[in-house]
Amino acid sequence: MKPALAAAAAALLLAAPALADEPGPGGAKPPVPVTGQQVYQMVCQTCHMADGKGAVGAGAFPSLASNPKLKVAAYPIVMVTKGRGAMPWFSDLLSPAQTAAVITYVRTNFGNAYPEPVTAEDVARLSPPAGGH
Amino acid sequence: MEQTGQRTTRRQLLSTIGMLGGSALMYNMMTTLGYAAETQFKGPPNLSGAKKGASVIVLGAGLAGMLAAYELTKAGYKVRVLEYQDRAGGRNWSLYGGDTVTEMGGATQKVGFAPGNYLNPGPWRIPHHHRTLLHYCKAFNVELQPFIQFNHNAYVHNTDAFGGKPQRFKALAADFEGNVAELLGKALDQKSLDASVTAEDRDRLKEALREWGMLDGDMKYAKNLRSSEHRGFDRPPGGGVNGAPTPSDVFALKDVLDSRIWRNMAFFMNDEFQTTMFQPVGGMGMIGKAFAREVQPLITHNAKVTRIDQGKKGVTITYGDTGTGVVTEAKADWCVCTIPLTVLSQIENNMSAKMNAAIAAVPYSNSVKIGLEMKRRFWEEDAAIYGGHSFTNQEIGLVSYPNNNFLKDGPAVLLGAFAGGMGGYHLAGMTPEERIEAALAQGSVFHPESYRKEFSNGASVAWNRVPWILGCCARWTEETRAAHYQTLVAMDDRVVLAGEHASYVGCWMEGALLSSIDAITRLHKRALEA
Repeated sequence: MKPALAAAAAALLLAAPALADEPGPGGAKPPVPVTGQQVYQMVCQTCHMADGKGAVGAGAFPSLASNPKLKVAAYPIVMVTKGRGAMPWFSDLLSPAQTAAVITYVRTNFGNAYPEPVTAEDVARLSPPAGGH
Repeated sequence: MEQTGQRTTRRQLLSTIGMLGGSALMYNMMTTLGYAAETQFKGPPNLSGAKKGASVIVLGAGLAGMLAAYELTKAGYKVRVLEYQDRAGGRNWSLYGGDTVTEMGGATQKVGFAPGNYLNPGPWRIPHHHRTLLHYCKAFNVELQPFIQFNHNAYVHNTDAFGGKPQRFKALAADFEGNVAELLGKALDQKSLDASVTAEDRDRLKEALREWGMLDGDMKYAKNLRSSEHRGFDRPPGGGVNGAPTPSDVFALKDVLDSRIWRNMAFFMNDEFQTTMFQPVGGMGMIGKAFAREVQPLITHNAKVTRIDQGKKGVTITYGDTGTGVVTEAKADWCVCTIPLTVLSQIENNMSAKMNAAIAAVPYSNSVKIGLEMKRRFWEEDAAIYGGHSFTNQEIGLVSYPNNNFLKDGPAVLLGAFAGGMGGYHLAGMTPEERIEAALAQGSVFHPESYRKEFSNGASVAWNRVPWILGCCARWTEETRAAHYQTLVAMDDRVVLAGEHASYVGCWMEGALLSSIDAITRLHKRALEA
């Protein structure tokens, strides 16, 4: 985690006292994913699954595979940073660089072919400050 | 209260304060004197006199839904409950040997625990001030036992401290307090604090620091029998020839700070994590089962709600049977909807646009719990740890020890992970087998000789992969509370939402119950006015 982001996360921790049954002080140092594939495997695949195809229960996790909504990069950027419905925001967990890397990864894998890379600057321009909305 | 002699009674004092300072001051004083409670629970709802034939449909048979069904039936309503699962209880749930768990993505686990052992995937501890939950536990005969929340002898592990070697909580906490006391004592002696502290308070503070921090006569925190009384001895007191104890070395301040021990100390001071805490005998799921005993005939299981439609005359719920696929419509005058927002945001409905915006604004947290059955209680037999938690900064977060069957032979189940945030997502994205391996690899740091050797079998629940909720708990922020909370809890024509997501006691069973009581009280009032 970058120092600035770590500081922001620490500030968030202080700003939000425990109001839930939560793990407590443990788990503060998970591995830090760097590449888009690492971010996908560590964060995204729990819902969107290893093959990107999502899953269905009482509700559904949308498939990212061969998904035309990924064509315009702004859509996944806003979804990842701001969230919507069951999709949480990740602006407090992922840096703009990590977000850019994973969106680039998803847009060029799982049957998607949108080769133009998404940059950290693209993410920073469209995303709110760390801490979610 | 009778007045005794010339002493002012508390009531007299309070009424005087009330007259002088208004109700806010009165409330503060009541809190100080121990009158105001830590909960908003004022007793079960006393609803009665429902209009003849009035009906309510409850969506979801978790605690919020079952409380609504129970109390509204008592009030005279005709109630039925639709539940997606084949089980009532919702997140109030325990897994036992023989149970099968299938998660989103299809991975299936068959739980292999020995009889009597269990994993609580969701709620697992009850604060003593969650009076609503305790009320219904008592009313429905749920036997409770202590949950060992705070164990001085459990470990704290930080990969960046002590070369990655875990230390006992008591040693780290004692050394943190001892060092802080010594430093503050020095600051007092150097007159650095004279502007803030009177001479009298300065003397009292020094006395406090000496007693609290276990300082010696020179106001030093050092290796001696006094500091060992808090942090533990090198050779503990015994009998006979070698009965005399010997002191333990104290840690260097830098190492203590590296461990971040203050986070653990502060955690135990949180209102909701203070002792006394409780757990039901036999697993947390006993509470859900107790509620279900009261309302089971009202519940239709395997019902997947696909549409919520309200009109002038009532509410129509469309649902499909998850087994047969048969689609049915159910009608009622009113609806209490406890479906988690992750799922509700995907259900077609004609509630207001504002309500739908509120529903879509609240995603859920994730968490992972992993149960590891061990062949023997090595944490008790080898490490003198009886209940409580050993914390680590690795992804598993903690290892928590069972709070029952102390000193028994035979297998017991450890909580091998309670992971949230990044680590929680990571563990959740693994296969069940990979999760167990990660839990064994990380948890071994506390009990390296025994952890893998004594392992028998394990089970895990990744909440975002639980098909009926897709997450753990509602995640509100100050901004979403301000923008959407009042809309979310308001009655939307004939529908009212309830659950922990519709409370300020989020992610606790107490929040679900308080929300439900508030929702049905307002629903009943509206129904009588209609």
